[in-house]
Amino acid sequence: MELTFPKKPFRTHGGARVPHHKNTSQIPTVVLPTPQQVVIPMQQHIGAFCKPLVKKGDHVYLGQKIGDADAYVSAPIHASVSGTVSAVQQIMLPGGQMSDAVVIDSDGLMEADPSIQPPIVNSLEDFTAAVRASGLVGLGGAGFPAHVKLNAPGKIDTLIINAAECEPYVTADHREALENSGSVLDGVYAVKKILGVERVIIAVENNKPDVIGILSKIAYDDMRDPENHVRVLTLKSRYPQGAEKVLVQACTGRRVPTGKLPADVGCLVMNITSIAFLADYLRTGMPLVRKRVTFDGSAIKDPKNVLVPIGTRISEVVEFCGGYAQPPKKMLMGGPMMGIAMTDDSLPILKQNNAILAFGEKEARLQEPSACIRCGRCVQSCPMLLVPTLLEQYTEKKDVEELQKRGIMTCMECGSCAFNCPANRRLVQSIRLGKSYVKKAGGKR
Amino acid sequence: MEKLIVSSSPHLRSGASTQRIMLDVIIALCPALIASFVFFGPRALILVAVTVLSCVLSEYISRKVMKRDNTVPDLSCIVTGLLLAFNLPVSLNPLMAVFGGVVAIVVVKQMFGGIGQNFVNPALTARIILMNSFPADMSSWTPAFGWLNGTDATTTATPLAVLKQGGEFNFSYLDLFLGSTGGCLGETCARALILGGVYLMVRRVISPVIPVTYLATVTVISLIAGRDPLVDLLTGGLMIGAFFMATDYTTSPISRNGRIIYAIGCGLFTMLIRMFASLPEGVSYSIVLMNILVPLIERVSLPKPFGSRKGDGVK
Repeated sequence: MELTFPKKPFRTHGGARVPHHKNTSQIPTVVLPTPQQVVIPMQQHIGAFCKPLVKKGDHVYLGQKIGDADAYVSAPIHASVSGTVSAVQQIMLPGGQMSDAVVIDSDGLMEADPSIQPPIVNSLEDFTAAVRASGLVGLGGAGFPAHVKLNAPGKIDTLIINAAECEPYVTADHREALENSGSVLDGVYAVKKILGVERVIIAVENNKPDVIGILSKIAYDDMRDPENHVRVLTLKSRYPQGAEKVLVQACTGRRVPTGKLPADVGCLVMNITSIAFLADYLRTGMPLVRKRVTFDGSAIKDPKNVLVPIGTRISEVVEFCGGYAQPPKKMLMGGPMMGIAMTDDSLPILKQNNAILAFGEKEARLQEPSACIRCGRCVQSCPMLLVPTLLEQYTEKKDVEELQKRGIMTCMECGSCAFNCPANRRLVQSIRLGKSYVKKAGGKR
Repeated sequence: MEKLIVSSSPHLRSGASTQRIMLDVIIALCPALIASFVFFGPRALILVAVTVLSCVLSEYISRKVMKRDNTVPDLSCIVTGLLLAFNLPVSLNPLMAVFGGVVAIVVVKQMFGGIGQNFVNPALTARIILMNSFPADMSSWTPAFGWLNGTDATTTATPLAVLKQGGEFNFSYLDLFLGSTGGCLGETCARALILGGVYLMVRRVISPVIPVTYLATVTVISLIAGRDPLVDLLTGGLMIGAFFMATDYTTSPISRNGRIIYAIGCGLFTMLIRMFASLPEGVSYSIVLMNILVPLIERVSLPKPFGSRKGDGVK
């Protein structure tokens, strides 16, 4: 049966009407001057930690592999500047785990590794091997190694390009779509060909008319696709449209079963920056060494998107953005709905970062929670059809069985429930705790 | 660099608060409050003031005695006070109203843990207790505008009582819609209550699910039973019940499907009582009965997690 393209998105559940704050969407990306030093953690993805392949005193080129792991679910890490390794040390990542990190003092030359050349791709194996070698992880924020996702032979009929970018403030994908739209299409055709995908849906929220305009036009005009199997779908601006399962539902009407992946319903979801990078990599062979990151928030003086070498200290990029407009009280890696609050601004930029937000006193202030009034807003806003207030109660009782029965592991922590809660309940925090109880109980059920 | 605040996501909130929700309910009740003054005079306002004060003091004192934080600022006790007063006849002895307020807040609400924890609607339960404690006082109705033409010492029958006793029903639809009939002080004016209900829906404080289902059920049963659905809709406590009582968050189901079941039940019992019981009116009892059934309704109506339902996983 021929797959058709939906005229409008399929209905999804719940969600939240979050403010957009896309302040930086019309400002061209600026390239950060080469930093003096970068700190490159060996864990910038979901999966096994990498082991450093260099030691103190080694000279490294830009793009040289400096960390890798034997595990399948992992992604190698590359030097983002040329220079000398000044230390291999432990640092604490924003999530709280400790990781090795390679510190490189830049020689300012940005001298690329001479062994870098475009990969030769003749088969799916070549392709996934090349993707792994590129160090690509899901650049939307999750950081899932891309080669794992792409290794789905024969299963995929629909490729969905995620340009929803539903998090407030974040515009890194928006700028990628505008500034690198040619590569987006190149990446799409590369994946479409190698996986034999029948249709490609580029999903964009309707608050980005310029992206919809430009991508629709070049996708329509492209000679590689005379029958228009690559099309743009305009989504409603309703958080969290960009969450993988929600996006699959909005684009295809298919619902990913509990514990399964989009591939199980024939879909592959790739972030728009990831797919553009993939095209650039296939063309040049330069692995993932730099990232476009949105710097915004009330405490950033000149909000903008900055193209930074991975491992650059956040404080350095903030300086580049005019410094702090007011003393920062809260800093986030990622958007305000799902981002991680950082302990300080000396942390390095990671591969999967798409935004660094700094907020002053007003936004950082925490509201005290009050009693749940059973208004049901958390239930109505859950895209995964859960009952967050019940999950909170069962977490308090440590009732693992009920937590599982109520689908706690289905929660993706999008935060729509807590956003809408009039009693300021810390629903996501409770659910995270509840999940840890379930994991700890492990085999019990 | 100063210390940064580290907390769990999300780091953005909608700005909704319990206090703002309760304030919206109070605003929504204002048209009915004005109507009660127009129809029943200054005595109505005095009774409202006394009842609200009783509820506020009960809330404050009981929290204090239990050594818990003061929850008066969330304004829910004012809502309870207003709703209770709206369910009383204007001629009621204010001391009885005070008693009602204490029952609503201390017994029904705080003894079960305060806001969000009571299993039945405090105002309605207090009204039922008052009806059973002082049946004569609770069913002596003053004519509308009686305070203007000096007939406020006399009593009249509510439209539903007239229907039940088989007397001559001489109320026009307009009388019923505007509320110029005998009845509890806040329940007679359908116009004011619908206005308040629409405000709550526009402000998204309540969803239309419960009121619409409740009113639709009443209409359908009334039609089937060969009664006049407009009379059934516009009389008694149905409008205040459907928009303000049945929609009480704490005592109604949390999910949409649950709310539909619950509202159908409210409509069904309201009509059963009106048609077959010795009481003329059944809104209070039907809502409280459905309140009690909420845990059972939830057992069958809570949504099933995404990905675990029929049809999930189909290409």
